[in-house]
Amino acid sequence: MSSDRERLASACPTQHPPSTVQLAHGGGGRRMRQLIEGVFLPAFANPTLLARHDSAVVDVVPDVTSRGRVALTTDSYVVKPLFFPGGDIGRLAVFGTVNDLAMAGARPLHLTAAFILEEGLALAALRRIVESMRDAATEAGVAIVTGDTKVVDRGKGDGVFITTTGVGLVPPGVDIGPHRVQPGDAVLVSGDLGRHGIAVLSVREGLAFASPIESDCAALASCVAALLAAGVTLHCLRDLTRGGLAAALNEIAMDANVGVLLDEPAIPVSEPVRGACELLGLDPLHVACEGRMTLMVPAASVERALATLGSGAARIGQVVEAHPRVVVLKTGLGGSHTLDLLAGEQLPRIC
Amino acid sequence: MKYVDEYRSGAEARRFIAAIRRVVTRPWSIMEVCGGQTHAIVRFGIEELLPPEVSLLHGPGCPVCVTPCEILDQALALAGRPEVTFCSYGDMLRVPGSDGDLFTVKAKGGDVRVVYSALDALALARQNPAREVVFLAVGFETTAPAHAMAAHRARIDRVRNFSLLVSHVLVPPALAAILSASDRRVDGFLAAGHVCTIMGTDEYERLARDYGVPIVVTGFEPLDLLQGIHMCLRQLEEGRAVVTNQYERAVGPRGNEAARRLLHEVFEVVPRRWRGLGELPASGLALRPSFAAFDATLRFGMSAGAAAEPAECISGLVLQGRKRPTDCPAFGTRCTPDSPVGATMVSAEGACAAYFRYRPRSARDVV
Repeated sequence: MSSDRERLASACPTQHPPSTVQLAHGGGGRRMRQLIEGVFLPAFANPTLLARHDSAVVDVVPDVTSRGRVALTTDSYVVKPLFFPGGDIGRLAVFGTVNDLAMAGARPLHLTAAFILEEGLALAALRRIVESMRDAATEAGVAIVTGDTKVVDRGKGDGVFITTTGVGLVPPGVDIGPHRVQPGDAVLVSGDLGRHGIAVLSVREGLAFASPIESDCAALASCVAALLAAGVTLHCLRDLTRGGLAAALNEIAMDANVGVLLDEPAIPVSEPVRGACELLGLDPLHVACEGRMTLMVPAASVERALATLGSGAARIGQVVEAHPRVVVLKTGLGGSHTLDLLAGEQLPRIC
Repeated sequence: MKYVDEYRSGAEARRFIAAIRRVVTRPWSIMEVCGGQTHAIVRFGIEELLPPEVSLLHGPGCPVCVTPCEILDQALALAGRPEVTFCSYGDMLRVPGSDGDLFTVKAKGGDVRVVYSALDALALARQNPAREVVFLAVGFETTAPAHAMAAHRARIDRVRNFSLLVSHVLVPPALAAILSASDRRVDGFLAAGHVCTIMGTDEYERLARDYGVPIVVTGFEPLDLLQGIHMCLRQLEEGRAVVTNQYERAVGPRGNEAARRLLHEVFEVVPRRWRGLGELPASGLALRPSFAAFDATLRFGMSAGAAAEPAECISGLVLQGRKRPTDCPAFGTRCTPDSPVGATMVSAEGACAAYFRYRPRSARDVV
């Protein structure tokens, strides 16, 4: 009996569209078309996407006055919870990839987006995520030009995983990367650290703080463009994601074979983040950000860079010849210690 | 940040360092007992601010480090059972037992949760009556009252699916063991402030008297530690050996009497094996027979097999202040936080892990 009913149900489309993602939404049939036409196309509407071809065909050099090299990057986004104070997985998926392009000095142009949806995800939640991606893309000045959707069985995913790939254009003469870092460069950060990690942790663990901490999730491309326009010489940029400032600076120190000496009291961390970190036994220098970067600039560019970045930015240290490949932190007390990469995620301490 | 920044002031620190320099006339070795203090000393680079006469030895007060291997093996076995939701503080998850750690069990499908309090684990048990919720109750006198509270509440509320895997340890017996060693190197102690907030200072009076050692109950911020060191050095230079209290803002002489009553209601003092130190008499806490219903080892019929410590590891000597982490040939090479050989490399508060992570000047050339 029941198998008859199932056969009937699949032969006759239901009257009401489902309110959750179903395996059929990834099956290549009518449901998938409904999902694409009902959710993705209206949000991301642009001529390239609406052409609905197997590939997006785009101009890499968007107008005759633009020249330069192409920057390409890809990143996958998994975050629990999908929505957190100050952002959601959709904003992260757009800004994260845009920021990776910006770190090469590229002007972001196009994004692709691939979604792995878990059966049972509320369509309302998916709509919210997609609309948030649309807003983030508008904010960052990029178009989402092609995409893909797959659905996995319930329990095989965390609601939704998103992979975005970005294409950008690096203006002629711009060359930013660890290979340009040299002793004497100043180390700056674009703003205070650790907000994103603590915002996500507070929701995930059900921790309520007296002053809510919002994610710092933001696009950095316009900020980098402004620095370039102001004539700041940028040797290296790195956005501070997983592993926070500590991971970014260790990677650069190793790649560039230089030492980094930081002045701990100069590193901006907001009061609520410091308080939460004290409480949980975490070090804010290892906590993730999603809208902050560290910059290595020659001494002559420091003032202009700080003026362009605005009031949250700070000079936190310098690149040194001593202790190559090691980041050393000078504490407010006058002592010092190494700022190392962690084995894995930071774990809250017993007491 | 209020109540924190005051205790990290560079100007005040320089005042204490000058005072320490004025009082010291010859070499002294002071042991900070608590792993949290070790962590702060290395993180703030306090050792390199002190005059060369003052050596800091890092004590046994890291609960993660001293939890014996056989308890971890029991934890791994429990966490792997399909009916069990296993709850632990975060930093226990990476501690290796004989065969893997709790992260490995989680990766294999075990239901392992990080909680911030035993009462959170009790709440999980209430919300999931079909699951057996087990809490890994480790630590010193600081964490024990909260764990006692969870057992106490579970009994009152008749929560039938909650139990504790207990491996609590006590500070004074470990200090007595260190002081009894024939090649004792410790001249004075900075006692762990948070332990004394619960226990008061009585137990330490006896130690100071019997072993002729000054003990300063000390806090965890840089200025606390510098002031504690200064107070200890003054006693040493003046030939005194009494208990003094640097951490008066948190510690009273009688401790927290309500917490101690609860401890006494739920736990009894037992001999306990310490990782790195071996078995010490009357050095641990276990659930009293009246709380047997909440004892995970009884509920699941676990037997305590003995597990061997790695032969190469000198963590026992490090925990007693007889060796420094950098004295170990495996430090930073075969033994790192990514693949720890022994107890003191596994927790953020272990002396070896703190040395590896923050590499104070003395350790910077080693790795």
